[in-house]
Amino acid sequence: MSIEYLGLSEINGPLIVLEGVQDAAFEEIVEITVEGKEKKLGRIVEIYDDKAVIQVFEGTENMSLKNTHTKLTGHPMEIALSTSMLGRTFNGIGQPIDRLGPVVSDVKRNINGLPLNPVTREYPRNYINTGISAIDGLTTLIRGQKLPIFSGNGLPHDQLAAQIVKQASLGENSDEEFAIVFAAMGVKYDVAEFFRRTFEESGVSEHVAMFLNLANDPVVERLITPKVALTLAEYLAFDKGMHILVILTDMTSFAEAMREVSSSKGEIPSRKGFPGYLYSELATIYERAGIVKGVNGSVTQIPILTMPNDDITHPIPDLTGYITEGQIVLDRVMHGQAIYPPINVLPSLSRLMKDGIGEGYTRADHQDVANQLFSSYAKVGQARALASVIGEDELSPIDKKYLKFGIAFEKEYVGQGPNENRTIEQTLDLGWKLLGLLPKEELDRIDTKILDKYYVAAE
Amino acid sequence: MTKTGIIYGINGPVVYLRGNTGFKMSEMVYVGKEKLVGEVINLTKDTTTIQVFEETTGIKPGEEVTATGDAISVTLGPGILNNIFDGIERPLGEIAKEGGAYINRGVSVDSLDTTKLWDVHITVSVGQEVNGGTIIAEVPETTAITHKSMVPPNVSGHILSVVTDGQYTITDTIAVVQLEDGTELNLSLAQKWPIRIPRPTLKRYPAAKPLVTGQRILDTLFPIAKGGTAAIPGGFGTGKTMTQHQIAKWSDADIIIYIGCGERGNEMTQVLEDFSELVDPKSGNPLMDRTTLIANTSNMPVAAREASIYTGITLAEYYRDMGYDVAIMADSTSRWAEALRELSGRLEEMPAEEGFPAYLASRLSAFYERAGMMENLNGTEGSVSIIGAVSPQGGDFSEPVTQNTKRFVRCFWGLDKSLAYARHFPAIHWLTSYSEYLGDLAPWYKDNVSTNFVDYRNQLLALLNQESSLMEIVKLIGSDVLPDEQKLVLEIAKVIRLGFLQQNAFHAEDTCVPMEKQCKMMEVILYLYSKSKALVTMGMPMSILKENNIFERVIAIKYDVANHELEKFDQYKKDIDNFYNKVLETNA
Repeated sequence: MSIEYLGLSEINGPLIVLEGVQDAAFEEIVEITVEGKEKKLGRIVEIYDDKAVIQVFEGTENMSLKNTHTKLTGHPMEIALSTSMLGRTFNGIGQPIDRLGPVVSDVKRNINGLPLNPVTREYPRNYINTGISAIDGLTTLIRGQKLPIFSGNGLPHDQLAAQIVKQASLGENSDEEFAIVFAAMGVKYDVAEFFRRTFEESGVSEHVAMFLNLANDPVVERLITPKVALTLAEYLAFDKGMHILVILTDMTSFAEAMREVSSSKGEIPSRKGFPGYLYSELATIYERAGIVKGVNGSVTQIPILTMPNDDITHPIPDLTGYITEGQIVLDRVMHGQAIYPPINVLPSLSRLMKDGIGEGYTRADHQDVANQLFSSYAKVGQARALASVIGEDELSPIDKKYLKFGIAFEKEYVGQGPNENRTIEQTLDLGWKLLGLLPKEELDRIDTKILDKYYVAAE
Repeated sequence: MTKTGIIYGINGPVVYLRGNTGFKMSEMVYVGKEKLVGEVINLTKDTTTIQVFEETTGIKPGEEVTATGDAISVTLGPGILNNIFDGIERPLGEIAKEGGAYINRGVSVDSLDTTKLWDVHITVSVGQEVNGGTIIAEVPETTAITHKSMVPPNVSGHILSVVTDGQYTITDTIAVVQLEDGTELNLSLAQKWPIRIPRPTLKRYPAAKPLVTGQRILDTLFPIAKGGTAAIPGGFGTGKTMTQHQIAKWSDADIIIYIGCGERGNEMTQVLEDFSELVDPKSGNPLMDRTTLIANTSNMPVAAREASIYTGITLAEYYRDMGYDVAIMADSTSRWAEALRELSGRLEEMPAEEGFPAYLASRLSAFYERAGMMENLNGTEGSVSIIGAVSPQGGDFSEPVTQNTKRFVRCFWGLDKSLAYARHFPAIHWLTSYSEYLGDLAPWYKDNVSTNFVDYRNQLLALLNQESSLMEIVKLIGSDVLPDEQKLVLEIAKVIRLGFLQQNAFHAEDTCVPMEKQCKMMEVILYLYSKSKALVTMGMPMSILKENNIFERVIAIKYDVANHELEKFDQYKKDIDNFYNKVLETNA
């Protein structure tokens, strides 16, 4: 029988302080009973002697210094895991909220996970066909990659993520075991509902585990949600050999929750009030993607984050970009021109692309076409800047061609229907068609042989 | 009698002990029941503060901390090369064998394989006077590198006994030295050295030889000397890691120490896979044979990230002492600085700029000053070159880590976002980058490459600078109104940018280019410029010059002329002459 501690010595936002505790361990989980009925979970985040600082997941409402019983559980945060969790819905700390009863399993894992040994990782090389040209052609998604979507409020990142899920999971490889783990942190009810409906409509609900921490749910829970979700993902991928796609939305809320807790702890802030360990914390989440040698499964992550004020240099997107293997950046101006998906390809990047495309994977000309499209589209920007100063009429003939190419590229290549699923050949051929708008000697990134084989000048 | 202390407080990677424990600063300690490795970082009469190199989850107040008596140090001996370690020199391969796919806590493995028998050739004899640095044995560590075991620094005396040539492990005594005070000291193939203290040398030489990397923009425009320091700052996606990989692969250093400090796990896996397959162009051996990886990925404990930089440089200094040229890739020093910040925050120190501790600058300078071309204690000459990536927040070079690094390095390779967006790689911007070594290295270029090399290089850079100021005008009024002479400058600058500065890391020939070819390429480009300029001065418009495809052909030289076919360059010069004559004939 474990000891219960009566009362508290301090309550400060989501943190409580308990004095006179014995045998408490760092990061241990405690159970708190408020007024004999309401149960809450908490985690020890600091210990000094017999004084423990505890972070309460469900919020500290109704708690007073006298009405609580606290019990140490003797272990860090753990979650029971089972394949039967697919098709079910949980709250932010992994408790079922779909009234289907508790998860039955003897497998329990620490949600903090452990770092994967770089020696046992396998370098990801298999590409995922998402059917979206701007992604497949220019920022190819690789199985085992972590590729975030950098977005802003009001941009269609949810639709894009849903389209990726639909088209990637139902592609030619759909006979393989795939599943989706969806973690919502501080998102609106409508967003969670949108994803639920999309999964249902595309008939994948049975393969989805949803972890929902909505905007009005306790803030501290958010710190746990992605870890719980990734623990399940790792279990399914590396113990059960499944291919898991993890959607994490919205990482901005996660980071802001961390800032809130950090400031209640009275920690010294670094940039924009975020704690100094923001990078390490984000890394422990993003680095839980990958492939392990000798194991069938994989964990692919698509975190979504809304850039505050569309600022890509804000600490959250900035640090994320340094950890993830590329990024897909959505652009408000393109959205304003009714281009869907409004992907700004220039700052977008997939670091693993180079090893997963080309001969044997997609097509031999893939890398060259992608480089040329990037390079030519970068020149479109220069031509547009010049046109805004001297007027379009005064541009040199070649600059005018670039303007034409730019418009066609945005409308036809980047733009596509929300249900349009293009094959990689279609995407690459479309690239050649657009490059045909430019004279051959402008195409300086393509190997001469490939150029001769594919280049056809437009009329 | 080992000293111990009792834990009373835990905050992330920082653990507090009560009372005056008698521990020493920087001493290595074992924390708690799981014996996690830690280091003493602060001492007062009432508390001892420890940073722990592993996750502290589950540690309880009341658990014991034991001191080891030694400063946090690394084991130096054969077996370091062709290996991958974590931030405190624990071999990840061994950890994987013991613990599977994940890195468990409290793993106790030897840094180097203590059971492997090495072929040892003894190089000292009984009675011989030895000092710190004297080479006592030679071991073929890999096909590429002969490992030289040395008398530890600060030891001198004469050899009492020595074993014969044969097979020994790193723990076997191979020689006994009688010190000056009469005590005897057993020497083995391995020795220990504290990571935070530079290994002593006799003297420092000025920079005189370049570290040839095979990367045109580096070797030609902004060279780094052997024993030099360079910083590669750039926002995410601009190609820091790619540049580091290229240098690690192709530079003419003998040994490469690659420190993945707080970076991606997949990147380390990639280096490990690539370097095992790739072959060193000079020796024909696998690249891993001259490489050591130190991997402390971003999700591994933060305190070990701080230590990984020091572990790396200590290994480098050890090989320098054998007389090798060592190059360190530190990717990324910003993550190291952030580890300092994180720990400083946990210690509740007063922050300076942007939350970084006030000692950031002094730590950075202490690190970069450990580079240099040295005369070692044993009289050999060796060098440690440091190439540090910097990941400035928001890609803004005015942040503290970039600014402080700039003060202590002599080579600055600034990566540029807009170049990276246009997929111009390496995205090193020629206007923001600089190298202070050029003057020091000019004599070497003159003797070993060409007397004109530095002159060509300066002409190239001058053209690029002219282009940049002309572009200011073009941005406002377009290029059509420029006089032909200036249009030619733009055209030639384009040839330089596309044909010379851009280099394709995935192209078999272009990935590494010898100095001679770099020089010839410059020569042809400048020859084309002088001939075209002559035509333009005679009144030929640029539109006529452009009708000929000679500009495109010169751009394609990097692909069309293989690295060993330097005689083809003469043909290009002839072609340029033909082009000149033809334009004159048809338009006279």
